[in-house]
Amino acid sequence: MLTTRNKPVRRKGGIYRSDNWAYISMLLPTVILLLMFNYLPMAGLLIAFERFIPAKGLFSGSQDWVGLRSFSMAFTDPLFPQALRNTVFLSISKMILYMMASVGMAILMSELKNSFHKRLTQTLVYIPHFISWIILGSAMRMMFASDGIVNRLINSLGGENVGFLTEPGPFSRLLIVSDVWKEFGFGTIIYMAAIAGIDPGLYEAARIDGANKPQQIRYVTIPGISHIIVILSLLNIGGVLNSSFDQIINLYSPNVYQSGDVLDTLIYRKGIVASNYSLATAIGMFKGGVGLALTSLAYYLAYRFADYRIF
Amino acid sequence: MKKRFSIATVANTVFCSLVAFSCLLPVIHLAAMSLSNEDLVIFGQVSLWPKGFNLSSYEYIIENSAFWRSCMVTLLRLVTGVPLKLIVCVMAAYPLSKLDGSFRHRSLFVWLIFFTMLFNGGLIPWFIVINELKLTGSLWALILPCAVVPGNILLLLNFLRTLPGEVEDSALIDGAGRYRILFRIILPISKPALATLCVYAILEHWNAWFDGIILMNSPDRYPLMSYLYYTGETISFSQKSSAEIVDAAGMGRRTYRAAQVFISTLPMLAVYPFFQRYFTKGIVLGAVKG
Repeated sequence: MLTTRNKPVRRKGGIYRSDNWAYISMLLPTVILLLMFNYLPMAGLLIAFERFIPAKGLFSGSQDWVGLRSFSMAFTDPLFPQALRNTVFLSISKMILYMMASVGMAILMSELKNSFHKRLTQTLVYIPHFISWIILGSAMRMMFASDGIVNRLINSLGGENVGFLTEPGPFSRLLIVSDVWKEFGFGTIIYMAAIAGIDPGLYEAARIDGANKPQQIRYVTIPGISHIIVILSLLNIGGVLNSSFDQIINLYSPNVYQSGDVLDTLIYRKGIVASNYSLATAIGMFKGGVGLALTSLAYYLAYRFADYRIF
Repeated sequence: MKKRFSIATVANTVFCSLVAFSCLLPVIHLAAMSLSNEDLVIFGQVSLWPKGFNLSSYEYIIENSAFWRSCMVTLLRLVTGVPLKLIVCVMAAYPLSKLDGSFRHRSLFVWLIFFTMLFNGGLIPWFIVINELKLTGSLWALILPCAVVPGNILLLLNFLRTLPGEVEDSALIDGAGRYRILFRIILPISKPALATLCVYAILEHWNAWFDGIILMNSPDRYPLMSYLYYTGETISFSQKSSAEIVDAAGMGRRTYRAAQVFISTLPMLAVYPFFQRYFTKGIVLGAVKG
């Protein structure tokens, strides 16, 4: 998975050695920052096995050791399986829809004839990705409220009010659709680049063989980008437990915990809001452990089946 | 046959236009509400065009010092955090772009960085560690923990590998050290990649809000996005200062809320056209950036 270029090409004498030190010193800031904000927190997972009292200090050794108690508390809490179920359901639905929407939109946009119109469309569909969920959440809370513009529209068409923000069913659909809407345009970038890289000769050959537009898409475009679809889908596996925290925390309320509470929001409420550090760390450690397994699997599969390598 | 194609083409053009337009709807809706009369907004009369046009919500914002203070925090965060991210990223990507043969400990550092992409300690230990390091409440808490972005290092590394090695070799023969080569030779020819990273860094800092909420202790030190979250409708913080309660009362008006949120999108929308070509380049180069 990591590229190793073999056959060291050593230069003569001292240059080699001093280069090595220069390189290491350049990496020093990164290493220090990673140790402080990534590796120290990993050591901080000890909190999950302690009755953690912040005033005593994290690494003082004076915390009471309670073994696996926080884990058994976490796993027996009914909120935990609910959050786990919601997390997996939301991320898998989002991933599938997101992939289909990005690929579909990329194909449609690449078929646009007028290049100005094409560029304008691209510009506009990327925009939502750059608007933070704070802003979008505020707008959506106003738009989808019971007296908001969307429900007014539904009423005027003769429909019943829909509790987008207050009923579990509509809420989870709102989460999925709005997240896909926000990100699919940005996802088209990579597919557009892949489509642009397809040999035009293939389309010409297909036309000569009598293929119409849908057939050209089916037999030339899709096979041409399938490699990248496979890689991105595989890499997505690693993120199954990362549901969009920013989105949910800006939209949810206790009414819809049943379908909208995910592991990240549960950790936030238990840990930061309620200061139950040990319990929240235990849930976080579960999430991190499963995440490690899934991400490693994802990179391995992408390497094994799509020859994808990182670094 | 020809006719059917043109219908499909027209349908596709219309469909793409509609999808593209939908991406602007929330922003247009916010703008319309911010310029409208409060009562008409509450009764759901305002959709995409202001009704009962007035500027009172903007007058309110101009006088709202808490809003401008949070803008200053964001500005401060940008001018310190973005250069920091860039420098750290450049100094990490350059040595890692070397071959294992010329940088003996390369794979050690690669694993050190790569492992953080696979596993992390989670929110709570991260929060406790930053607390223990006594960074909470200061600007450092907003710029140090997010300074290293493995995906960005990867992106720059991939770019550096596309540069011709001869440029560097000639400088080496002229007796330049590695630092001089990096800052005098490599960086000037890496401007496109650096612009991409700069765009990413600005966006990351501009949109970050959660670190502000949990690390900055008091609302008057919140950056803009954290301030908007804090004054939003769904939250009820226990430790609100009196000034903040006055703010919150003002925020009860939907037009004020809409105006604040809309104004906060403007800087990004204004620079967005300039950013666009850089981030599309970065996506294709980084391939794993999401």
